[in-house]
Order: sequence, then structure tokens, then C-alpha cells
Amino acid sequence: MAARTTSNPPSDPPADAADADPAGSRVAVRKTYKLFVGGGFPRSESGRSYRVTDHHGRFTANAAMASRKDARDAVLAARKAFPGWAGATAYNRGQVLYRVAEMMEGRRDQFVAEVAAAEGLDGTGAGRVVDAAIDRWVWYAGWSDKIAQVAGAANPVAGPFFNLSVPEPTGVVAVIAPRASSLLGLVSVVAPVIVSGNTGVVLASQLRPLPAVILAEVLATSDLPGGVLNLLTGLTAEVAPWLASHEDVDGLDLAGASEDWGALERAAASTLTRVLRPAGTGAEAVEPDWTATPDGPRRILAFCEIKTVWHPTGR
Amino acid sequence: MPTFEYAPAPESRAIVDLRPSYGLFIAGEFVDPADGASLKTVNPATEEVLAEVAVAGPADVDRAVRAARNAFEGWSRMPGAERAKYLFRIARILQERSRELAVLETLDNGKPIKESRDVDVPLAAAHFFYHAGWADKLAWAGLPAGPDGVPQPLGVAGQVIPWNFPLLMLAWKVAPALACGNTVVLKPAETTPLTALAFAEICQQAELPPGVVNIVTGAGETGAAVVAHPDVDKVAFTGSTEVGRQIAATLAGTRKKITLELGGKAANIVFDDAPVDQAIEGIINGVFFNQGHVCCAGSRLLVQESVADDVLARLRRRMETLRVGDPMDKNTDVGAINSAAQLARITELVAAGESEGATRWSPPCTLPANGYWFAPTVFTQVSPAHRIAREEIFGPVLSVLTFRTPQEAVLKANTTPYGLSAGIWAEKGSRILWTADRLRAGVVWANTFNRFDPASPFGGYKESGYGREGGRHGLAAYVKEA
Repeated sequence: MAARTTSNPPSDPPADAADADPAGSRVAVRKTYKLFVGGGFPRSESGRSYRVTDHHGRFTANAAMASRKDARDAVLAARKAFPGWAGATAYNRGQVLYRVAEMMEGRRDQFVAEVAAAEGLDGTGAGRVVDAAIDRWVWYAGWSDKIAQVAGAANPVAGPFFNLSVPEPTGVVAVIAPRASSLLGLVSVVAPVIVSGNTGVVLASQLRPLPAVILAEVLATSDLPGGVLNLLTGLTAEVAPWLASHEDVDGLDLAGASEDWGALERAAASTLTRVLRPAGTGAEAVEPDWTATPDGPRRILAFCEIKTVWHPTGR
Repeated sequence: MPTFEYAPAPESRAIVDLRPSYGLFIAGEFVDPADGASLKTVNPATEEVLAEVAVAGPADVDRAVRAARNAFEGWSRMPGAERAKYLFRIARILQERSRELAVLETLDNGKPIKESRDVDVPLAAAHFFYHAGWADKLAWAGLPAGPDGVPQPLGVAGQVIPWNFPLLMLAWKVAPALACGNTVVLKPAETTPLTALAFAEICQQAELPPGVVNIVTGAGETGAAVVAHPDVDKVAFTGSTEVGRQIAATLAGTRKKITLELGGKAANIVFDDAPVDQAIEGIINGVFFNQGHVCCAGSRLLVQESVADDVLARLRRRMETLRVGDPMDKNTDVGAINSAAQLARITELVAAGESEGATRWSPPCTLPANGYWFAPTVFTQVSPAHRIAREEIFGPVLSVLTFRTPQEAVLKANTTPYGLSAGIWAEKGSRILWTADRLRAGVVWANTFNRFDPASPFGGYKESGYGREGGRHGLAAYVKEA
């Protein structure tokens, strides 16, 4: 055993660095990774969990394995939170998203460690990813009170009418989070969903779920009302179809779906759920380069309705 | 009905740590003026001297403009996302120091603490928060853009602001300028420089790069030097129409971009179907908010003849409940007039109103012995030809006129050289929109008054100035036209 230990290169630390105590006098307290639903952190109602490994394949933690019932509970929580969140002022929502960035900045080291373990990046690379994820929240925070000004319009109709079009949130949006980019990809898809007033249920990367759980812990302390964003970990193939076909889900972001995304879109068709397809051509589903600044408010508008109000004018 | 007396509820001034004297804020540091001149700023509620502030001469203004010019390259080339973070920091520090800023504003300006606390300071923070978000999104704002698709900043902005909303006007000016990548030289009003100097400190706390914001205190001559400086690319001014005209003339023939937010004589129109209690509150707020020191104040009440008696009776009853006095008391509705000069102007115009034949009325109220005060006043029997119906009083004085038809209301409302704002009170939506379509004013409030938001453009028609501040449209003032 001693020979094996010394044969490890120094750049390859134990899977859980916090476990290593040179004096051997203290056993580290490990963390339990749970779901995030309605502002609380429940285990899966099914009592199941699954092994999560780092990029070397070594065990890191047991993550909760969400069930169909957990998915439904999460949709319920999101629906319940919708009126309050959609009814909040855009200014208020923007401040909450900015607060998420502040809280992430405060836990930057933890995110860097989690992202490094999950994605196999070195400290510098993981640091860049975490910085970009923090900046992404700030970028979307700024859109809160601008999206209506960019996407809305006063329409000069040919008659004595006041006519105004404004974007409004579509409702509850289910998000299949990117598979590879466990934090930056995740933030890049959930922030645009909630900034306009939608509430969401996000299914984290199946193989790399732990940064998402840390993010949920940040959300829980960021003035984000409970239920606005709900996070599930588990098996994508098991849970995603239930979210896609759920009657109370209004939007579906397939950013992290695999080649079976067409089947999920078909499931969504029964209730005319709005679908944002994954990147790529044809049936393929490719993960975009999340490090690039978004090319506009496209992801926000994917889950907005445009409402046009007519009112007569006349004395 | 029994009446209950209010107990005094004074806000403490202990939170404010005033220095005996203040220098100019240039290139990130407080510096002494070249010729050592200074002026005293006074608490208008007590006439107590609060502090001495430097008076910037032409050499100081030149130094500030050079500092802004030196900072421009770095600031304008900084990625928008990074500029945004400085503005977010400023917004947060304004929120964190809100109590202190509110107290300081009330001491220096005379406005009631509840207004500085609930309106001026939160809105100033909101302006920075809003514009922070634009800094990296200008490409989507529908503005003229440079070759890379991103709107280009102008350079150094010279900004001159008034005394009625000192910190808020600073925010209206500085936030969009910085978001678009400009640097600024700002001249606060001579009677209210203190929150601008506190803002200078906030720039230091936010570690804003030196020279991006420069603050030169002084009176009219300092402002004129800022405006006329050859290396200033853009001038933004809020203040009187008279000074606005001078600035427009000074800059005529140059290529400098100008925005002017000037005086007003807003009509507040009450139709016969108006929600009366709501309208009374709107009239009160419209003209007595901030002692009437508001360019968009609803200083002309146009009330439909059939409901005039009822509206006026209720208005007088409501005016009797206004609490005039110590601005630091949390229950005060109407504070001190900002300066002796302004008090003299209000007094002169009110005397003209009486001598021209209008009927003057004020509720009984005891005014403090020291300081500058004017009781809330309403004039009836006002004709459109009277000076009090035509000239901006900028004080707690309301002129009431009547009308019979919507057409007459619109005609009277528009019979003014000004065009900043207007109010409409009616329950019928189509009538509100019909009237709004015909009013020649930049902001029209329906069944509300004096609402402000960083997302909402503000600015006037006609001699109330040109350009807009706030919203997507306000950004246009701070980017190149092609």
C-alpha cells in the first residue's frame, strides 16, 4: 500500500482533499448533497441515491436520485412561487440575481474545488470557469429591467388606439442542464429563465451534479424566494421525460439533452410547451462554448410571451 | 373629530461626520483649489453653516477636465462588463450608506427627511443599478454604433446639476455617462454640494479609476467654465431655462452634444369623472413635494368647472393637515426653502399674484423663526395671463384655473412655453389617452404624479429643454451619433 501511495503523482491529490489530515487526528465531516425544492433541501422521496465520481472515476459522494414524484413536487413548488416572482418588480429581480453573484463570489474557493473535481480542470481553469459563472449572473441581472425596453414596442396602429407590446414570463420552465459544463453551463441556462419572472425546475448534469448542489446552497441564501428555482439530481433518462410531458410545465430548455432530445420535444408537444432546442444540426445535440458572452437576450426571450394591450383613445 | 398631536420624531444627525472644509475631487483625490477660494454651505432650516467648500476657478476646472481626459482611454476601452461592476459597486455603497446620505441631503437641502430617505437616495442607487446593467449591453439598446457594432462614448462630459435633488440629479448624470464609457466633470449646485462630495468618497471606496469622476464645487462661474471648456465633448445641464438658453448659445457652432433639462409649469388636469380623493393626494404631492422645488411640479391645477368647488374644498381641507417645519422630523411634509434667494423669488411672484387680482389662501401654520420658510399656498381666480399662471415659481404655490371641455383643458395646458410634464385625473381610460396624445409634454402622468424610475425616460418639450434622461432613450445622450 505504501508503494502505491508514493507512486501517485503529486499533482493527483486524493479525491476529497478535505479528508486528508496529515496528522491523522481528525476525520473530516463530509457533506450530504440533497435536492433543492421549494427553498428546502429534501432527500429524494424515493430514498435513493447514486454514486458520483470525480473525473478519475473515484467516488466523491452519493447524490440524491430524484424520482418522478420529486419532479412533480418541484414543478408544484415552481408553480406556487410563480405569481410572487413574476409579480416582483424587474428592479427587485435584478437585485436578487446580482445578490446570487455576490454570494457566489464569497464561496468562490468552494466552487473552484467542486468544478475542478467534476470537470477535471486545474485550479486556474476552474477559477476561470467560476469567474465566468459569477459574471454571467451579473450579465443577466442587468437584463431584468431592460428586456421589455429592447423587446417591447409601442405599435402605431391605424386607428384611435393606444397599443403596447411587452414581454411577460411564460410560467414554469423545466431545464435539462448541460452535461459537461456543470456550473457555467448551468448558470448560463437558469439565469435567463428566472430573470424575466419565470420559475424553474432544473435537472442537473447526471455525471457532474455536485457544483449544482453548491449553487442551490447559494441560491438558498441569496434572497431568492423559495421555489423560484428548484434543483433535481438524478438520472436524466428517468426524470426528463416526466418534466417534458408535465402539463403544468410551460417551457422546456433542452440545453443538456442528448440525441434523444426529439423524443422530449415530442412529449412536450401534447401541452404545447415551448421548447428551446439544444445546439447542433439535425439530431445531434452539442454543447456550446459557454465561456462566450451570450449573443443577446435570446435565451430570455425563448421563455417570454409577448402581450399586446389595446386601449381606445377618445374624449 | 378629535385631533391627535404628533410627538417630535427627530432623525439623528450623529450619523453624519461633517468636515469643516472640503476640497475639489480631481483624479481620485481631494485637492485644494488653485486660488484657495471657498464658499459656505448652509442648512436652510436653521441658517447654520455646515461646511466650507472650495470654489473651483478656471485653472481647477481645466485640471479636472484634463484628469477626465486622461482617464477616458482606459475607462472607455475597459470591457463593458467590468465597467458595469464599478457601477454595481457604487449602487451597493449608496444603499449601504443610505441613512447617512439621507441625513446629509436633508441638512444641506432642507427637504424633509422622509423624502430624502424614501425617494432621493433609493432612486439614486437604483439609477446606478439600472445603468450598470446597460454598460455591457449597449449593442442591444438600438443606438448608433461604431464599426464593431458597439456604441461609442463621446469623451469627457461636463455636467452641471441643480440644488433641488442634489444626489439624485448627480446619479441621473453620472450613471449613464459612465455606463456608456465617458468620464465626467460634475459641478454640484453652490447651495447643496455636500452629497456630491460624499459621492466622491464613495467613488474612492468603490476604487473607481482616478479621473473617471471629478467633482468641482463652486457657483455659476464654475459651471460656466465647465460648460465652455474646449476639451469637454458633451454638456448636460439641469436647471433654469434662462441658464439653459445661455448654455445653448455658448455651445452654438461647436460640435458638442447637449442635453438640457430645464423649467416647467405643468398642468395637472382634473376631469369631472376623476377619482377625487386620489386626485387630491396627487395634487398635493404634485405641488408640495420637495417644497415645490421640482421642475416637473404640477403647479397649475386645471379643474373641470362642474367639480371645481368640491375639489377646492377638499384641497383646502387636505392642505390644513400638511406639517410644515423641521426637515429632520420624520413626520414633516414640507421642509425649508433651499435658500434666501429662492425665498425672495417665491415671495415676489406671490405678491405679483395678489396684485394681479388672484385670491391667495394658505392654511394656518406656524413657521420656524430661523431659516427660510414659505407656507403652502393656493391661488384661485387665476387667469392664464397672470404671472403666477405663466412663470415657474419653484415653491409650494399652486395656481388654480378651470375649464369646461377636454379641448379647453388641452388648450390651456399647452399654453405655456414649457413642456416638461403634465397630469391627468379621470376614470375613463380613453379620455386619459386622448388627452395624453394632445399634451405637449415629455412626461404625462395619469392618475398619479411625480413618479420617477431609472427605466423611464424623463425630459421636456419646448423650452423645458431637450434630450432625455433615464431609460433606453437616455443612453443616446452619451454615445456618438455615428
